Amino acid sequence: MKPRILASAIAAAALAAHPMLAQSATISDGVVKLGVLTDMSGTYSDLAGPGAVEATRMAIEDFIANEKPDFKVEMVSADHQNKADISANKAREWIDTAQVDAIVDLVTTSTALAVMKVANEKNRISLVTGAGSTPITNEQCNDTTVHWAYDTYSLPVGTAKAVVQQGGKTWYFITADYAFGHSLEKNTADVVKKSGGKVLGSVRHPFPGSDFSSFLLSAQASGAQVIGLANAGNDTINSIKQAREFGITPKQSLAGLLMFISDVHSLGLDATAGMYLTTGFYWDRNDETRAWSKRYFDKMKRMPTMVQAGDYSAVYHYLKAVKSAGTDEAKAVMAKMRATPVNDFFAKNGQVRADGRMVHDMYLAQVKKPSESKYPWDYYHIRQVIPGAEAYIPAAESTCPLMKK
Amino acid sequence: MDIFGIPIQALMGQLLIGLINGSFYAILSLGLAIIFGLLNIINFSHGALYMMGAFVAWIGLTYLGINYWVALVAVPVVVGLFGMIIERTMLKHLYRLDHLYGLLLTFGLALIIEGLFRYRFGISGESYPVPELLSGGFNLGFMFLPKYRAWVIAVSLVVCFGSWYIIERTKLGSYLRAGTENPQLLQAFGINVPLMITLTYGFGVALAAFAGVLAAPVFQVNPVMGSNLIIVVFAVVVIGGMGSIMGSIVTGLGLGLIEGLTRVFYPEASAVVIFVIMGIVLLLRPAGLFGRER
Repeated sequence: MKPRILASAIAAAALAAHPMLAQSATISDGVVKLGVLTDMSGTYSDLAGPGAVEATRMAIEDFIANEKPDFKVEMVSADHQNKADISANKAREWIDTAQVDAIVDLVTTSTALAVMKVANEKNRISLVTGAGSTPITNEQCNDTTVHWAYDTYSLPVGTAKAVVQQGGKTWYFITADYAFGHSLEKNTADVVKKSGGKVLGSVRHPFPGSDFSSFLLSAQASGAQVIGLANAGNDTINSIKQAREFGITPKQSLAGLLMFISDVHSLGLDATAGMYLTTGFYWDRNDETRAWSKRYFDKMKRMPTMVQAGDYSAVYHYLKAVKSAGTDEAKAVMAKMRATPVNDFFAKNGQVRADGRMVHDMYLAQVKKPSESKYPWDYYHIRQVIPGAEAYIPAAESTCPLMKK
Repeated sequence: MDIFGIPIQALMGQLLIGLINGSFYAILSLGLAIIFGLLNIINFSHGALYMMGAFVAWIGLTYLGINYWVALVAVPVVVGLFGMIIERTMLKHLYRLDHLYGLLLTFGLALIIEGLFRYRFGISGESYPVPELLSGGFNLGFMFLPKYRAWVIAVSLVVCFGSWYIIERTKLGSYLRAGTENPQLLQAFGINVPLMITLTYGFGVALAAFAGVLAAPVFQVNPVMGSNLIIVVFAVVVIGGMGSIMGSIVTGLGLGLIEGLTRVFYPEASAVVIFVIMGIVLLLRPAGLFGRER
């Protein structure tokens, strides 16, 4: 009797110690569960938030209707309040007690980095769409993270290059004083210098801010032709509004380095006409993007941002990979995600690289004048398509150890 | 001519901007000081009511075509009435209890009001245009001063010192002050003290809404515009001395200037400089610069 008990105890311990063995090559408990972790009420809740939850729900419904999988797909969501500790705890709780297989959205860099780490330790997947800093796929990259919609490398490639080519040679930055702002400023300054422009200086404002007039005055005094706004959300909105009030525009021009369609909508075309911006998605680009976006609009009464459209695309690609791998084990699913090109309304021939970057085309947009806008949300001219290979960090410059050079 | 490597023109521009921000601090902290001084309530919903002022102005303009000038008068009245309802139905039960209860109630109210606006309007908010009469600006040589900002300074100085005059120098003001010292005695003289308290709270709230309307064309009208500002304003009130009317006005303007200077010399610290000053003041003069020890 005793040896048998001992043997089964050892067997049980062995199984517990090797989750791969215990799970085998099937869907754990017959359910694939996604956790949408996003900013539900703070600064970024319009560009991600409830819209991110809805986009994920749409992806799950479409996947079940189109692909008829033999497993169930479920979703949970929570507000990470843009705080790294809350995100990490929630991720841990979801994985340990709610059997969540993948975590989606993650809208500030600090939350994304925290969750990526937890998920990787526990062999789960992070689908980062909201956060934008390059460390996600460089210094801090790991093999269970995918970075979907955009990053701070790809944004200036379109905007800064275009503005310098239009004659905006001298730049001054107004930068949000945290990791994302610094990263965006540095990446943009590199592009400006490479394109033959010059950086005259920068000022860093506390995050979040509401009055930008002092910083705008410094920018004005610099005499730079272009004021680069290395911030996001309400900070960008208020900077643009106040630049106009102080007569800075149109003498000097503004370049919004990270602007979402929700920002343009909220500021109105009067305040934003003529601005260049780079985006990973525009709803009115072709029939396919329009068809999906109108479905989204019916539910949310707003057009999707690139983050929300990216959530749909990433989740759908993930679920397809689970189906074809026949398991929800992270490494196997990641292998399938890398092996399969992304072809949907969001991306054509998108490729998930070893560092987790989903390489896809980006778009240089110019905001329409009020007279050019014919219907609601008719906001952008797409001026240029930036091929994925140019838009994202080249393999040779990557600092991610997973990239073979 | 340079001062510490900064051209004097740039410095003057920054000081002027500091004064503009100081004007907002002054009106908001004045409302808080009046409410605290006369009602003993730490009104944490002040920021939410300021936001409400801005939003009601925007709603008026967008849906009812009410222009800025009408809004400047009508919105404080509407939001002030809302404040009086809060006072009558909720706050009046708390006067005899510890400060903490009033603080918790008003903080809860702030969260509810903000939540409702966020639910309805989203976080990015709405744009309120600068009224036509005040668009454009003056070229002062050292800077371009938008007419609207000049108007903000002027009108807030008038409102602040007007309020101070009414409270400190008129008969009505003396009733108000007597009401805080000894409400029973004042009641015995035939003054309706509860009504006076309700009106006072309404006035404090109306000041917040007034600041909100003033701010609408400058800042994006969004549901968190109040909570971004309220903590700074509380620091202003603490530095000035809780409940001191003149203290809140002078400190509001002064701290706006100091913040403006910080933005020139060390912009990263501009969000914390007020709290550093608060810490120092609390260590040296716990009752605040203008406050009296009780």
